[in-house]
Amino acid sequence: MRDTLDTTEEISTGRRQFTQGVAALGGLAIAPGVFLYHAAGAKPDDQAVSSQQRWGMLVNTNNCHEECDACVTACNEENGVWSLGRPETDAQWIRKLNVRDRQTGHVTSMPMMCQHCEHPPCVDVCPTRASFRREDGIVLVNKHTCIGCRYCMMACPYKARSFIHEPLQDQLPHSPRGKGCVESCTLCVHKVDQGDNTTACAEACAEEGHEALLFGDLNDPESEISKRLEKYGGTQIRADLGLNTGVRYQGI
Amino acid sequence: MLMFGTVAAGPENIPPPKAKYDEDTLCVEPVEIMRRQHFEYILDHRDRTVIEGIRTKKHSLIGCIDCHITPNDEGVYARYSQETHFCASCHQFAAVRIDCFQCHADRPAEAIREALKPDQHARRPVQELLETLQFSTAVFTK
Amino acid sequence: METARFSTIHANSVQYWILLGTLVLGALVGYLAAHHMDVEGHHITGMSNQIVWGFPHVAAVFLIVAASGALNVASISSVFGKVDYKPLARLSALLAIALLVGGLVILVLDLGRPDRLIIAMTVYNFKSIFAWNIFLYVGFIFITAIYLWMMMERKMNRFSKPAGFTAFIWRLILTTGTGSIFGFLVARQAYDAAIMAPLFIIMSFAFGLAVFILVLQASYAWTQRHLGDAILHKLRVLLGVFVASVFYFVLVYHLTNLYATEHHGVERFILVDGGIYTFLFWVVQMLFGCVVPLVLVFIRPFSQSRHMISLAALLVIVGGLAQLYVIIIGGQAYPLVLFPGMEESSSFFDGVVAQYAPSIFEILLGVGGICLSLAIVTVGIAVLEFLPESLSDKALKLESVTP
Ligand code: SF4
Ligand code: SF4
Repeated sequence: MRDTLDTTEEISTGRRQFTQGVAALGGLAIAPGVFLYHAAGAKPDDQAVSSQQRWGMLVNTNNCHEECDACVTACNEENGVWSLGRPETDAQWIRKLNVRDRQTGHVTSMPMMCQHCEHPPCVDVCPTRASFRREDGIVLVNKHTCIGCRYCMMACPYKARSFIHEPLQDQLPHSPRGKGCVESCTLCVHKVDQGDNTTACAEACAEEGHEALLFGDLNDPESEISKRLEKYGGTQIRADLGLNTGVRYQGI
Repeated sequence: MLMFGTVAAGPENIPPPKAKYDEDTLCVEPVEIMRRQHFEYILDHRDRTVIEGIRTKKHSLIGCIDCHITPNDEGVYARYSQETHFCASCHQFAAVRIDCFQCHADRPAEAIREALKPDQHARRPVQELLETLQFSTAVFTK
Repeated sequence: METARFSTIHANSVQYWILLGTLVLGALVGYLAAHHMDVEGHHITGMSNQIVWGFPHVAAVFLIVAASGALNVASISSVFGKVDYKPLARLSALLAIALLVGGLVILVLDLGRPDRLIIAMTVYNFKSIFAWNIFLYVGFIFITAIYLWMMMERKMNRFSKPAGFTAFIWRLILTTGTGSIFGFLVARQAYDAAIMAPLFIIMSFAFGLAVFILVLQASYAWTQRHLGDAILHKLRVLLGVFVASVFYFVLVYHLTNLYATEHHGVERFILVDGGIYTFLFWVVQMLFGCVVPLVLVFIRPFSQSRHMISLAALLVIVGGLAQLYVIIIGGQAYPLVLFPGMEESSSFFDGVVAQYAPSIFEILLGVGGICLSLAIVTVGIAVLEFLPESLSDKALKLESVTP
């Protein structure tokens, strides 16, 4: 067994080799078991996200079926948000909301989740800056600094957040979550960073053949979402609050 | 053979890591540095991943777990609650308490997915009970 | 003009130790309850994703609000120059610190991650009114402690007036801050009101004075010191004025809400068909917390009885807890409105009134915090000179009054 090999030289060699490795191999395997996956057009792994993008969603409620909850199931699967059989305290990142017009009896069904506000009340009120808005518009909870005060849950107009009421186990590697912190829809941030350019819910909805959910970059005029929004418009829920939400709805 | 995963005092039966990250340093940084300072790398990387969306694997906790937590001869991955878990083996010995695995996966994705299969799910408490029993009998028979 | 002589109370009676023991035990049980909540997670409490702040927050906000109000007596003497109240200033400041500590401990122990308190103390989001409150609370304890020192240390006496003034301003800001915690929640129908902050200030006057009167009466009766009618009846009248003001502000709050159509739903909920919240509002808060104390305090023969003054103070406290319960929990029970005028339903309790019943752990935690506050006072008056030896009319050079 060799247990002393820390000389400064070796450290810097190791570092240099790593950098060279990345430069030379790019998206290939740089070591067995450690791969850098890249979808076409994804940002490089070592690059910070920027405000050039603003990720968002378009929900076309005309295509959304009242009895379908494929998006919810897919989200739970993707992020490991399991029900513990206690509806009052179980986390729900996305839910199906049915809205009935008392006059006409018409029911509009739609998924409801974090709206990834540009001016998020949850971020404003969070005492520790644990709730934050990423440069690319995705609103997240940094669970390393969340103290579990739940003030963000009081402030969110969309009831988008859940508090974790019990110790968890078997969390998925890309979706860490645990007791005492608050969480909400991450817009599948792990998929976005990987360049998937979609979310689990949108994929599932498309698979069902409903196509009610569209993910995309609101800042890119060429993106499908921007084009559709420009052509048909999209409503914000509780637009009166002036939050400029990243999730827009059609047909409400 | 170079067992860079094994710490002097840890239990001997920790499955070896998947691979040597680097032929010279063996791990992502020289082993001696990793032993003492791995958390600094992880902490630094953590904030950059969460806040800036930097997703390099080199110093990421997922990377550590993917490589270091491997199945034993029976194909079973140790949990952090067991002393044959790579991280736990040393933390238990050094009486270090961390809360990483309250939220983070303590095993690679494939192991978690396996544990989450519906039939496995139902059996889990029993299995854990058995493991605990085995562990305690092991203590007695020593 | 410092005429009163102060002394510590003698902590050698059995009763004293029984009292202190009970309070410490209560605080300890509260801590254990909180620890259990922390280990098991909040699912063992009545709180949920609908009611995220529960009974611990009611108790904590009550203590914090009462803390700033308890300082009132000191402020009246130092800021408004009413020398009659001066002998009471020390106790008033001690009580303020003790109540605030009790309230803060509850808040911290109810956090999802109480182990990360250090983060809350070191990382500030200056946009967050919550973070400002942490700063205000710590500052309040600090300033009040300095104020106490100025009062108790003869050499420092001349600074006690500016210190008292600072403490007074600080406490007004503090209560505004506490009220604003709710006032900033624009999306919640029940809290979207500018009057929240002044309402909290006036509530603090009433609750703080009620606690002060009870503690004063108890500590004088149990230590066989003389508490004269003159000073007590001054406090009595003051309590009446404060309670009447709370009444007025509650009235204005609901009337303005009734004026705004978008708030009709939540108003109807609290005032008419909210079940427990409607009951708490009308019966406990308004009847027993406002009307009855006003009668006891202002109408003979009740107003002449010390027991009735105590009872009035106690009722104000009970009414205050009910009021905060209605504001904090009732405000959350009423569903968020995403689509005004529409019927909403989902798997996440949209459009339905949320159910909440405090668990035993939450109640123990809340009561534990109150015990902690009182334990601090009990120890405080035994180790430092907080209480004047006599508050008789003669000692205070006050004219005897017949109430
Ligand atoms: S929807 Fe709620 S949780 Fe999401 S960003 Fe807006 S305020 Fe925050
Ligand atoms: S619960 Fe966490 S994320 Fe939410 S406001 Fe409190 S500290 Fe911030």
